[in-house]
Amino acid sequence: MNTLPPLAAPPRAEPDYLRRDRSLRSWLCTHDHKRIGVLFLFTLTGFFLLGAIAAAGMRYALLSPQGNLVVSDLYNRLFTMHGVIMIWFFLVPSIPTVFGNFILPMAIGAPDVAFPRLNLASWYVFLAGGVLVLTAIGAGGVDTGWTFYTPYSSTYANGYVMLMASGVFVTGFSSIFTGLNFIVTVHRRRAPGMTWFRLPLFVWAIYATSIILVLATPVLAITLFLMALERGFGVGVFDPRIGGDPLLFQHLFWFYSHPAVYIMILPGMGVVSELLTCFSRKPIFGYRVMAFAILAIAGLGFLVWGHHMFVSSESLYAGLVFSLLSFLVSVPSAIKVFSWTATLHRGSIRLQAPMLYGLGFVALFTIGGLTGVALATLPLDVHLHGTYFVVAHFHYIMVGGMLMAYMGALHYWWPKMTGRLYHDWLARISALTIFLGFNLTFFPQFVLGYLGMPRRYAIYPPEFHTLNVLSTAGASVLGVGYLLPLFYLSWSFFRGRPAGPNPWGATGLEWRTASPPPKDNFEETPVVTEGPYAYRPEEAAP
Amino acid sequence: MSGIPMDRAAYEAEERAATNRLGMWTFLATEVMFFGGMFVAYVLYRSSYPDAFAVGSRTMELGCGTANTAVLLVSSFFMALGDRAARKGDRGALRGCLVLVALLGMAFLAIKGYEYASKVDEGLIPGRGFRYPGPPQLPLFMTLYFAMTGLHALHMILGVCAVAWLLWRSSPRRHQSVPVEPVAIVGLYWHFVDCIWIFLYPLFYLIGR
Amino acid sequence: MSTPAAFLALEQASTVAGKVDLIGGTLLAVSLVVVAGLLAVNLYFIVRYRRGSPAPRPPLQISPGKLEAAWTTGTTLVFLGFFFWGAQLFVRMERPPPGATTIDVAARQWMWDFRQPNGRREFDTLHVPVGVPVRLRMTSEDVIHSFYAPSLRVKQDVVPGKTVSLWFQVTKAGTFTLFCSEFCGSKHAAMVGQIVAEPADRYAAWLAAGNPGSIARRGPALFVRYGCAGCHSPGGSVRAPPLERVYGSEVPVAGGGFVHADEAYLTDSILLPEKVVVAGYQPLMPSFQGVIPPGDLVELVAYLKTLGSASPPPARP
Repeated sequence: MNTLPPLAAPPRAEPDYLRRDRSLRSWLCTHDHKRIGVLFLFTLTGFFLLGAIAAAGMRYALLSPQGNLVVSDLYNRLFTMHGVIMIWFFLVPSIPTVFGNFILPMAIGAPDVAFPRLNLASWYVFLAGGVLVLTAIGAGGVDTGWTFYTPYSSTYANGYVMLMASGVFVTGFSSIFTGLNFIVTVHRRRAPGMTWFRLPLFVWAIYATSIILVLATPVLAITLFLMALERGFGVGVFDPRIGGDPLLFQHLFWFYSHPAVYIMILPGMGVVSELLTCFSRKPIFGYRVMAFAILAIAGLGFLVWGHHMFVSSESLYAGLVFSLLSFLVSVPSAIKVFSWTATLHRGSIRLQAPMLYGLGFVALFTIGGLTGVALATLPLDVHLHGTYFVVAHFHYIMVGGMLMAYMGALHYWWPKMTGRLYHDWLARISALTIFLGFNLTFFPQFVLGYLGMPRRYAIYPPEFHTLNVLSTAGASVLGVGYLLPLFYLSWSFFRGRPAGPNPWGATGLEWRTASPPPKDNFEETPVVTEGPYAYRPEEAAP
Repeated sequence: MSGIPMDRAAYEAEERAATNRLGMWTFLATEVMFFGGMFVAYVLYRSSYPDAFAVGSRTMELGCGTANTAVLLVSSFFMALGDRAARKGDRGALRGCLVLVALLGMAFLAIKGYEYASKVDEGLIPGRGFRYPGPPQLPLFMTLYFAMTGLHALHMILGVCAVAWLLWRSSPRRHQSVPVEPVAIVGLYWHFVDCIWIFLYPLFYLIGR
Repeated sequence: MSTPAAFLALEQASTVAGKVDLIGGTLLAVSLVVVAGLLAVNLYFIVRYRRGSPAPRPPLQISPGKLEAAWTTGTTLVFLGFFFWGAQLFVRMERPPPGATTIDVAARQWMWDFRQPNGRREFDTLHVPVGVPVRLRMTSEDVIHSFYAPSLRVKQDVVPGKTVSLWFQVTKAGTFTLFCSEFCGSKHAAMVGQIVAEPADRYAAWLAAGNPGSIARRGPALFVRYGCAGCHSPGGSVRAPPLERVYGSEVPVAGGGFVHADEAYLTDSILLPEKVVVAGYQPLMPSFQGVIPPGDLVELVAYLKTLGSASPPPARP
């Protein structure tokens, strides 16, 4: 970071945010939203690699029905590690903390977020939570799964459940700080003329996500707190022996964790709206409906948690209501898919790497969404709940959806963050590799789930062997796809061609300033006179 | 705010203040959900075990709870007076109010501490040491009591710290101007913590007595 | 295992399996049409409107509002259709038909403990008759488990502290895999059993061969051992409601109203006596939660059910 070759720096009136001060101290004490975004980028990349290693271990173990290399206890620790790290230390913070931090203030024409010090605190709190979780994993791990269901977690599990839960608890405050910051920033820091309905959909998505972060995360915190009380002091809140109800834990847990699914997918929807418009040079189809769909998903998302509990012995009527609401929450998602497709109509489409990721998102999210409809259908869920069908479904949403969007965002805004261009053909190849590898890995799991293979099985009956081998083979392709960008992006950081302020010819405010941007983002505060996505397809793209 | 054009510094101060207030309100929304999870647990278990909860309620010291309610309401009153004084620029009145608020806050914590101590004596601490004769679900009530009032007390401690910070901040030797916005923000928080107690008091002390 | 040939198809071995698969298949067909359609449209747009293509790009003629209204309404209607179709099947799957054979199930780390109606006990293997509705009454002794039989398309979490039930009717003889599908600890993946479905006559013969006597056989002994007799017998030291003819009756409740005395009521009254107090009595009974293991509890409740008309109830004071 602080060893940039000086010769590549063009002379500039004000040094950009990367070159202003290269000391380590200036990074660790920075209040600059861009630097904090970069800090998060590095931290999250580290956690992603750890989570991926756990996944690789699991896929390797599942090559053989009797369990390869690892014994059941290790396998159970691997999937817990994978779930906890990927959900709370990668997917939940991913787009909000990296691109929300880096781009959102610029996208609304602000010099920084509303509370820069709180923003830095968010990173430190995140690190503290991460250290706790890594300690728990290093000390011997936890085998409860990321869901921490009681009474297994509170009474029966061995391992460092308290440490792990406290790590997640602490990280929750990072989420809350970040969400609070973005809400206030969007309300108070918009540039002159940037009205609510001129906000890019990315900003709408981060705003809706922030509302969920602020309202749902505290419920997770209190749930884990009560679970830890029960484990640590034997005071059962969920303990059936003194009349407690284990289902209450599940209700409280999913009251957070279902909205958390939307924390993970809404920012992706925002990013994809930016990508598809920019690379088809078309305004988004139905801007207002798209914005309201985001808000509708965020709102309805709070009312469907019970669909994780159809077979948990919740009442028949609860099942019916949650099923109906789950169908309804799919409607705004469907609207978004149709609108993205309509956006391409009569555009001027370029298939550069960010666009490939954007299109990949739409395809995989559609499959993930449709299989979600299957899981909302009560009798189907009875059969499919707790099987690999569910595993495949949420990986299509979270990895196929969110991770594709994250990679798309990384490739789209990389020139803005570093001022450099990466090798476009390598990037396209990696996008295609990820898309192929992903489908090879997870499509067989839909079939496995329908055939009845339960989740979290270290060993399995031999009739599931073929499909598991296929899935592991796909995972190795997927792994290569994820490693490629690590190399060509790093290379571009040192040797890439200078990008210029707006390499894609995009319309967002963030493209009106230099790449990388100066500390206060804009030489003078931009004034907004039109809506987002003022593209014209006939326009010649640079 | 008003149609009268302000100079740039005043405009920026007003912007800053509005930003901080919105930040505090958003934080309070988080806090509502934080306590909300436990209120849900309370409602569910109370409807399942009304008798155990009635027994639990009778173990509460009504006098202490009522006294604490009064203490908190009076403290909120002085917080509001302090806010008014700060807006008027009356440093002396502000500091007087803040001292009273802090003292009342500490009084609340002292009474709470006394209650906790007597619960320990009676063997009402949930967990392995529970030895109070009563229905089997009584520990459930006591766990919720300690978790909810304990978290509330934690908020009170933070509140007293914040008021102490305001006292330091409004010291005539340190700063030229009387802090108006910090008082308003801490006030919001103080009133919120007070409101939480207004819910806790009837749930634990009054219902089912 | 039961279905070594199953690679892409799962056998349908219960009355609901075909119905579940029909919904699933229909949804799959609709999904395929949607995905194929979207894929075709997207590819067409990408090729036709690629940068530099000569395709004309005049402004849109139709108003976006109409398109949005069309696809919003269409999607909602299709979804509602699937909801109602699924809901009505689910309601049928949740309600056991009258006259079902009841089998008690206790789940514990890491085994399934079955008790046939006549008391015959088996582990990890469950014998059921073909063509007869079977109801499982399940409880867990430790953590949450889940009873999952893929070929029957049934699944139910088994939650400690609760008695949950599940029913199915097997349509063909055979052996079907039984999984635990809720993570329950180290050997979760080994908590696998099988369901052996046999024609009713063979099942009856199997049952009779291992008859250890009625499930309620040990009831009187347990009734004394756990101290129930101390209060609930006519000469008891404390005044407690008599238990003869309670099962199936409407019991008056303190505070007004009646409760139907089914098995759940009997079980709850033993484990959580505070929950429902019989009118005219003090809530003096201690909880037997954690005192009576689920196995004994099943036998005790079975015994209480036999008290129906054993002797005329003693005169109430």
